[in-house]
Amino acid sequence: MFPTPIERTSRPWQLTYQALLPVALILWLLPLLAVAIFSVKPDADFANANYWGWPTSFEGFANYGLVFTGSDMPHYLLNSFKITIPTVIGAVALSCMTGFALGVYKFKANIWIFFMFVAGNFVPFQILMVPVRDLTLQMGLYNTITGLVLFHIAFQTGFCTLFMRNFIRALPFELIEAARVEGIAEWRIFWFVVLPLMKPAIAALSVLIFTFIWNDYFWAVVLTQGVESQPVTAGITSFNAQFRAAYHLMSAGSIVAAIPPVAMFFLMQKHFIAGLTLGAVK
Amino acid sequence: MAQAQAVQAHQSSWWHKNQQQITPWLFLAPGILFFLFYVIFPIFQSFNLSLYEWDGLGKAEFVGLYNYEELYWDDAFYTSLNNNVVWLVLYLAAIPAGLFIALFLNQTVTGIRLYKSLFFFPFVISQVVVGLVFTWFYDPTFGLLNVVLGAVGLPPMNILGDENWVTVGIIVAGLWPQTAYCMILYLTGLNAVDPEQIEAGRLDGAKGWRMLWYIIVPQLRPATFIAFVVTIIGALRSFDLISIMTNGGPFGTSRVLSFYMFEVALSEYGFRMGYGASIAVVLFLIMLAFIAYFLWSMYKEEKAR
Repeated sequence: MFPTPIERTSRPWQLTYQALLPVALILWLLPLLAVAIFSVKPDADFANANYWGWPTSFEGFANYGLVFTGSDMPHYLLNSFKITIPTVIGAVALSCMTGFALGVYKFKANIWIFFMFVAGNFVPFQILMVPVRDLTLQMGLYNTITGLVLFHIAFQTGFCTLFMRNFIRALPFELIEAARVEGIAEWRIFWFVVLPLMKPAIAALSVLIFTFIWNDYFWAVVLTQGVESQPVTAGITSFNAQFRAAYHLMSAGSIVAAIPPVAMFFLMQKHFIAGLTLGAVK
Repeated sequence: MAQAQAVQAHQSSWWHKNQQQITPWLFLAPGILFFLFYVIFPIFQSFNLSLYEWDGLGKAEFVGLYNYEELYWDDAFYTSLNNNVVWLVLYLAAIPAGLFIALFLNQTVTGIRLYKSLFFFPFVISQVVVGLVFTWFYDPTFGLLNVVLGAVGLPPMNILGDENWVTVGIIVAGLWPQTAYCMILYLTGLNAVDPEQIEAGRLDGAKGWRMLWYIIVPQLRPATFIAFVVTIIGALRSFDLISIMTNGGPFGTSRVLSFYMFEVALSEYGFRMGYGASIAVVLFLIMLAFIAYFLWSMYKEEKAR
């Protein structure tokens, strides 16, 4: 193990390390802690320029309550879920199939199709922006949740295929060959042999895509406008316009917008990290 | 009856013979169609569109390479391009910074798992929120930055209002989640480092920096490769932070190509789709150089297997 395990070092260094950990963490999360403190302060503290002092009273419930009852925030949050969940299902389903095809079968075009997905996943969004917006307009899906979901599914399929294909490549191929010898149809091999083995990959991708899509801002701005279809990342700018200079409310709003992916991460941590390393670092 | 059975037997044997050739295409079809429709074709459409003058509504007018000629004389384009280079270079700091934090946290004391998760926190949060948080952090009237600067006796700064500092200020905000990403890549990588090589290195008297550079870093190559890929892509995709923190200002000095393209094509400055497309093409070509390199590395690895 590197660096030298702390148990094998001198006592003073052990104590220093134990003390250093929380200090480093607080410094690292300082900007976020500041916002968290802002979000429970009363309005008066900002009027009196008491920005960094201790809150004169705890107004957490009032502030967060106002975010949920006095603004469009609940609607934006709901939109975010309505966009994120179908995208996760769609992209994971499509990429289970493409990943299976590219991971199991040997044919000439295999690697080129794989590279098409990988390369497409890396292109700048701007090269797609005008045509995709135009396409969505023509299909009558501009400013709808469906329009945004369809694009997200298509784009995320690139990354998901990369991930699934690498995962399936690492599965024991003998299982599939044994099934073929038994004369089992190919689609049944997919459904009964490969898919059950893909559960960890499906879990990892789902959490990852959930956070990616939840946090998307660019496409939300390009393909939607207004309360009826915008997700919370885009909605927060209107929210902040509504509560201009009310820092306690803007802070509370930001924290509310950030919580779902954070909760997802803490619940599914192991899968999340497996997903981030693209399966390349084990 | 017998004939029908024969036909069926013939069909099933045809399917039986060819099923291994056909099945992959059936499985690929929906994914490929979606991807062609929404990703691959639009790339070519943008190339085509960059040869037109179009407001998004009326008839598009063919202007040849005029948009590119205009780009050549456009100061805002060079500002954006220059900022893209600054982003690319400074953003790479996330890689050593991530490695450093990963080494710091690669211990087995109680509660270390929670520490690792909390250090990773910034990456999970939306860039929109990161942008807001840092805008307040830099705020000249109440921002924490000036409180800190004042405490150590330095004069206050208005980072986001200063042409010389604004891009660096936004990049620092971007480095916060990106460093967390690189950290997690390296933490996973460090788990896979071969303990025998470390012991062998210790016996040979290697320690500290020499150990890190000659024994650990070479074994972290896969993690470093992914860290490079995601950091470069992230640097060239920077849009959210700029849009939230400065909206390109002051006086357009914090624009990058991705933001300038959006501004030209879809904002109150006008709907110049063709001109926007030509900016997107330039950005795409820059990215293509990196994509080609990544694919080439992957190709070599595939061949080696």
